[in-house]
Amino acid sequence: MANFYNDNESLKHHLNHPMMEKIVELKERNFADADKYDYAPQNFEDAMDSYDRVLEIVGDICANVIAENAEDVDHEGPVVKNGHVEYASGTARNLDACRKAGLMGMSMPRRLGGLNFPITPYIMAADMVSRADAGFENLWGLQDCAETIYEFANEEQKQKYISRVCQGETMSMDLTEPDAGSDLQSVMLKATKKEDGSYVLNGVKRFITNGDSDIHLVLARSEEGSKDGRGLSMFIYDKRNGGVTVRRIENKMGIKGSPTCELVYKDAPCELVGSTRLGLIKYVMALMNGARLGIAAQSVGISEAAYREALAYAKDRKQFGKAIIEFPAVAEILSTMKAKLDASRTLLYACSRFVDMYKIYDDIAKERSLSVEEKKEQKYYSRLADAFTPLAKGMTSEYCNQNTYDCIQIHGGSGFMKDYACERLYRDARITSIYEGTTQLQVVAAIRHVTTGTYLNKIREFEAQEVKPEDEAIKNTLVFMTQQYADAVQAVMGIDNPKFHDFMARRLVEMAGHIIMGYLLLDDTQRDDSFRKSLVVYVKYGQAEVERHASFIGNFRPEQIEDYLFPENN
Amino acid sequence: MSLNIIVLAKQVPDTRNVGKDAMKADGTINRAALPAIFNPEDLNALEQALKLKEQYPGSKVTILTMGPARAAEIVREGMFRGADGGIVLSDRAFAGSDTLATSYALSAAVRKIGDFDIIIGGRQAIDGDTAQVGPQIAEKLGIPQITYAEDIISADNGEVVVKRRIESGVETVKAKLPLVVTVNGSAAECRPRNAKALQKYKYAAVPSEVAADEAKKEFIAKRPYLEIGEWSAASVDADLAQCGLAGSPTKVKSIENVVFTAKEARRIENNDEELETLIKELIANHTIG
Repeated sequence: MANFYNDNESLKHHLNHPMMEKIVELKERNFADADKYDYAPQNFEDAMDSYDRVLEIVGDICANVIAENAEDVDHEGPVVKNGHVEYASGTARNLDACRKAGLMGMSMPRRLGGLNFPITPYIMAADMVSRADAGFENLWGLQDCAETIYEFANEEQKQKYISRVCQGETMSMDLTEPDAGSDLQSVMLKATKKEDGSYVLNGVKRFITNGDSDIHLVLARSEEGSKDGRGLSMFIYDKRNGGVTVRRIENKMGIKGSPTCELVYKDAPCELVGSTRLGLIKYVMALMNGARLGIAAQSVGISEAAYREALAYAKDRKQFGKAIIEFPAVAEILSTMKAKLDASRTLLYACSRFVDMYKIYDDIAKERSLSVEEKKEQKYYSRLADAFTPLAKGMTSEYCNQNTYDCIQIHGGSGFMKDYACERLYRDARITSIYEGTTQLQVVAAIRHVTTGTYLNKIREFEAQEVKPEDEAIKNTLVFMTQQYADAVQAVMGIDNPKFHDFMARRLVEMAGHIIMGYLLLDDTQRDDSFRKSLVVYVKYGQAEVERHASFIGNFRPEQIEDYLFPENN
Repeated sequence: MSLNIIVLAKQVPDTRNVGKDAMKADGTINRAALPAIFNPEDLNALEQALKLKEQYPGSKVTILTMGPARAAEIVREGMFRGADGGIVLSDRAFAGSDTLATSYALSAAVRKIGDFDIIIGGRQAIDGDTAQVGPQIAEKLGIPQITYAEDIISADNGEVVVKRRIESGVETVKAKLPLVVTVNGSAAECRPRNAKALQKYKYAAVPSEVAADEAKKEFIAKRPYLEIGEWSAASVDADLAQCGLAGSPTKVKSIENVVFTAKEARRIENNDEELETLIKELIANHTIG
């Protein structure tokens, strides 16, 4: 029977990364739950076996339920009835399967009804769900919001809401408004404190994914008269209480199964999460980081689907008497797609492991004080997670778009028709480089780590690792690329002009990305030879890209930036 | 009202993807060449049981299967999907059973379980395709049976309401508990494995599977829910003369390959004369009429 886990060895490869032992032992607090919960692991091997087997369940549902429904869901889509969303019938069946399989609240602790999985295997599930149907990943993946409740809400709220998420209730994060998209500081939705201390919400939100969810996290202005982000707080709205209706759902280009809602709040009762004024500056930032990792997983899943569709078609389609995969021009597209896919995935899981490490330390720090050594690690991984999350989101979503473009190219004229899955993948992919922060905004978040050297330090760590003799040559290429990168960073930062820095930022971040993904693939190849082809192809590609950026930066005089700007608009 | 439900399940060779070596020269199935799976319609039966368990909280679902110790895999699979436990009826004396001997052994096991409200099984197994075992068990236990069930709608006040698939459509029938229900492949598909149940029950085993492993034995001894029953012919008080080959009147004489030899399509002209000739021919060869 088809299974999206068993047919994809690279997932198992990343699951079995050497760092997992430490992650699991910390996450499980040395297996303290073993005698408290009948489904808790006894030891590391037991935990890994459980992840493996639960991911097999996910792979089964993805291949045999979610992927099977994807085309119908894309056509049928959700509708609004009496102010509420009615999912497409396939979406409802997908949700039912996920609930029955107990795949909601996967990373939540057992005491709240979750599986207590680290982020890494959870992200693997997201990777597969996205391959099956990227639109459904949005609904299922919003269980991420429970992380924010877990991190910042009080115990009573955790008990009340997280246990419901673990039982299968869906979530949404209500942030965007008509005049507050990338600029969330402009959020206007009004939270009014009543005499009894509780709050009500009034106003409108727009572009809210799964906006008719059971449990909403809402960003609203609690401080009257305030104008910026410091007047915003985070609230939980419980659908059971009523007060929010769906005015309309957007007619989108892709991820059509995922309802994107315009919401109207009329005296909707809600509960404050954490402290007032920290809504945007603390909680949404945390929420966003989780969501960005989720979109990176979604991007990788779509890339996987695109590569498989393209490969199957290229093997099957015959022209001039042979399968088109035999033509070098076509083979190059396919091997480059595969290299980008493998590079995206290895970056995704490197990032998820960093997130796991710092989040687990953060959580342990609530129970006891961390040792000096642990604090050092917490800081180290927190910084890496902060650096790798925008890099992963930015790079994987761009590659996902490129791979779906190439998937259609492989299909030729047939790919332009509605008859093949590739056109849906192409439409679904388009949003990944836009929502949860556009690629341009990922660059804004990542550039700090170019200037402060987080990326370069990590690259130097990779450089210090031994590789097999046959991989020395490729490592030398990466060392050379690193020099080009370091030179480019110096050249750009040597110019005292912030606009120039902004202008060149994307180039620098991408250069770092190519080198990091190259090293990660090199590391994968040390453990599993099947990555060598992608390693070679990716480093060839990355080398040319780094060269291109170095050439652009090297040949650019800072005053030439004026040719790119639109001063008449200022 | 809570129910005690027994699900009859069989581990079968996956005959849906058979290769050339699927049959042995003597006409029996070459089990080694085919992967062992949960009989598909038994999964439909399990889903009905699990649905009832949700509908009537406190209900208990027990998987009963006959086969070698490795058939414990079927019980575990059932537990991963929501069953509470199970029993493997396993004895050399059961080897070579036809449907009569099988239903005899299973009904003996059901008697030993004793307290039950509904026995649910798949309509038939994909290896034998007889659809006899379920009805035979009902006869042996002297209880009613409903076959070709598509949906067990309710089980209130000692009475089940069942929608069953019949040739011309569906019909809804009532029957008294306890009874046997056999479920059609057109019923709802079985739910997936549950992540928590899988982690809870993954070490469940019949005693003979862990006989050589002291650590596992001890682990299971501390967690009674991991123990899958393993019953012999003696433990269900079975009469050996009615078990296995001795109790099986069915004898396989030979097996042959049947190749359908349908003729090519034939084209007739669109006029009354040709149509009439065709109809007469079809009546004459009893295709219609």
